[in-house]
Amino acid sequence: MTTRIVELRRGILKKNDELAAGLRQRFTAAGVLVVNLVSSPGTGKTALLERTLRDLRTRGLRVAALVGDLETDNDARRLAASGAPVRQINTHGICHLEAEMVGKHLEGWELGGLDYLFIENVGNLVCPSSYDLGERIRVVLLSVTEGEDKPLKYPTMFNSADAAVITKMDIAEPCGFDRALALKNINEIRPGIRVFETSAKTGSGMEEWLDYLVEERGLER
Amino acid sequence: MHELSIISSVVDSVMESLAAYPGARVKEVRLRVGALAAVVEDSLQFCYGIATEDTPLAGSVLVVKTLPVRVHCVPCGQDVEIESLQSFRCPVCGEPAADLRQGRELEIESIEIEEAEEAVGP
Repeated sequence: MTTRIVELRRGILKKNDELAAGLRQRFTAAGVLVVNLVSSPGTGKTALLERTLRDLRTRGLRVAALVGDLETDNDARRLAASGAPVRQINTHGICHLEAEMVGKHLEGWELGGLDYLFIENVGNLVCPSSYDLGERIRVVLLSVTEGEDKPLKYPTMFNSADAAVITKMDIAEPCGFDRALALKNINEIRPGIRVFETSAKTGSGMEEWLDYLVEERGLER
Repeated sequence: MHELSIISSVVDSVMESLAAYPGARVKEVRLRVGALAAVVEDSLQFCYGIATEDTPLAGSVLVVKTLPVRVHCVPCGQDVEIESLQSFRCPVCGEPAADLRQGRELEIESIEIEEAEEAVGP
């Protein structure tokens, strides 16, 4: 018997990373800006997205969405009311979206006809951080009901984000939300990150968020 | 939560590499996991036992090397290890440091195998 050490130096998620790199190339070639929305369950990803899809369409932009959940197509039905093309991804127990699921659910869509593609990830602040979906921007959401220390508890996710959105600002006061502390915590984990404070219900803060999306798309071209 | 799918990828990847060593058995698998990779070693070990059953990896040891988070500090002009995952600041000058240089790794470093004896002809 001979014992031998074989150096591998190989990414464990290599398969996902390769698929994601392929998707990113397709997205860039098609000129579509892809945004991956991540948060805990119940933070308001779907509510923010409903309003975002509607408002971007009002600005004359072409938008579409993929929405991930373990079960049900409730979110896809909610989002489709905006008039945008929407597809549901049911993961049946898997706690995050993977690049392969995204690729499969894009079949038949003409990406060149889109300005934005939003991917609403499964509600989970841990696992989705490891899986690249080929997005250009990862946006993490935090609602005023969740506690200002969420970024400190989930540094992996907050550190991997390109922008953060604080949701449900309309109920910040009754919730005793400490805005300054939340902003400080986000910045401790991801220094310099852009933060938007929104209410999908009243529309407050939506303009700045939409302007950011428009600016980012401008950078792409 | 996703440790089982990560371990399944490890097992698949090692099996692929074993194709070059027919009949070999795996003694040890060494991983490099960044402190920001969002995986828990206990959970990896638990899943490893299950995922390697009835494979050439059965009974092998999983060694997980954790890599600390390192960031680039612009004022200091060097890469530094942060002291806590709750504060991305340079421990030397205290300035915020957003440029991550190490900590997200999720890699198979190497495997130790026991090669089968050369088949002896009649």
